[in-house]
Amino acid sequence: MRKLTLAAIGMYLGILSAFSQNNTSGSFYKPRKLQFEEANFVSSYYHQDGNNSAVTGGMGSEKLTDLSNSIDLTISVYDKRYRKHSFIFDLGIDHYTSASSDMIDPHTISSASHADTRIYPSLNWTRENEKKGTTFGAGVSYSNEFDYQSIGANINFAQKTKDKNGEFSAKLQAYLDKVRLVYPTELRPANNGGGGEGDENHYASTPRNSFSGDVAWSQIINQRLQLMIDGELIYQSGYLGLPFHRVYFNDATVHVENLPSTRLKIPLGLRANYFLSDKFIIRTWYRNYHDDWGINSNAVQLETSVKINPFFSITPFYRYYQQSAVKYFAPYQEHTVADEFYTSNYDLSKFNSNFFGAGFRIAPPKGVFNIQQINALEVRVGHYKRSDGLNSNIVSLSLKFK
Amino acid sequence: MIQRKLLSLKYFLFALIAGIILNTSCTSVKPYQKNKLNDAEMSLSSRKVEKTELNFQTYREGASGANGGKTGGGCGCN
Repeated sequence: MRKLTLAAIGMYLGILSAFSQNNTSGSFYKPRKLQFEEANFVSSYYHQDGNNSAVTGGMGSEKLTDLSNSIDLTISVYDKRYRKHSFIFDLGIDHYTSASSDMIDPHTISSASHADTRIYPSLNWTRENEKKGTTFGAGVSYSNEFDYQSIGANINFAQKTKDKNGEFSAKLQAYLDKVRLVYPTELRPANNGGGGEGDENHYASTPRNSFSGDVAWSQIINQRLQLMIDGELIYQSGYLGLPFHRVYFNDATVHVENLPSTRLKIPLGLRANYFLSDKFIIRTWYRNYHDDWGINSNAVQLETSVKINPFFSITPFYRYYQQSAVKYFAPYQEHTVADEFYTSNYDLSKFNSNFFGAGFRIAPPKGVFNIQQINALEVRVGHYKRSDGLNSNIVSLSLKFK
Repeated sequence: MIQRKLLSLKYFLFALIAGIILNTSCTSVKPYQKNKLNDAEMSLSSRKVEKTELNFQTYREGASGANGGKTGGGCGCN
């Protein structure tokens, strides 16, 4: 009898411990300490050449090289209400050398303006409520190069649908910038800086402000297709040209580029990604753009990800772009004294361009080069060719750490 | 005047096409069915490695925006 009672008690305790192993939803553990999520390092080398430099009035070498490096770091922590706080710190450093910038002072073989370094850090914070599908965020940014300083700020919001298949997002952003008025040497006012070493404080500065609103909707269409629609409205005011851009009139006089003090831009974009098969993924992007300076443009990009195996993929891509000219553009010595606004910057002229290349991505399970912390490596090479003769090449490397 | 009407018509058509696509062909996909959608290559944002490409396009082209890159401001770009 005692053995039977003990056996019954043992069975009862066994049944109780079996039920105690169940996890109900929402009771799983979330870390309350700051955790490293990921870091990304991107480095690229860019080289261009052409023959329509804006610094020399729409003609002359556009040779330029740019070495760009950036690193971003994401850390996160959960609060008492199980909301995920993420902090993203980004730091970029670009160094460029330019044959055209060197012509700001045409009387020297090589001047200080032939090279510059730009540093641009930013800090962003987001708070995500995974249960409600809501995200709030804010951020600040700073950028500094010799003739341009920028302070930026943004706030953003995102809301997923109940079934988590769709998401609405909105962002407001402002940049309060200062342009240092480095005029071509022959056009400098008497009290404008001499341009020599140590003369940095003698250049006047003028503001350029940019305000933008962005709304986007992303939607899962089915198990293989998802797309996103993105619309922005951007308003800029202040000094919107560049002070070292020359314009030659038809009477052979030379002037500093003069553009309107306001600009309204409206880009609309559409992305669609399709999982064709285990070997092929198709990524597409289209943008239509319009602004009140007269530019109407269309851009389309097509990219195919070819998976050689689950850890290695090749990604050939092609991008086509076309734009109309701004109302104020004319080539070298075609502007007249009757023009209120004038530029010979070929970036604002009518042209089309082709950008094509390929990349590869490696993400082995044991880490790149068997280093567990290097989660993925991506390399991408591209050639850009504009119809006005500008050509460029770019090679980029990206490393993801987790 | 005609140009403004054409512009308004273009935005209206864009919104209409977007609405039709979103409302008529969507199926609800459960989390356990999202293995293909969760592939790294299916992300709806630009690749990290494209960062500098977006930058040089902002400098060398008059149009910008709707691609996660700069839209004006923060740099001496267009």
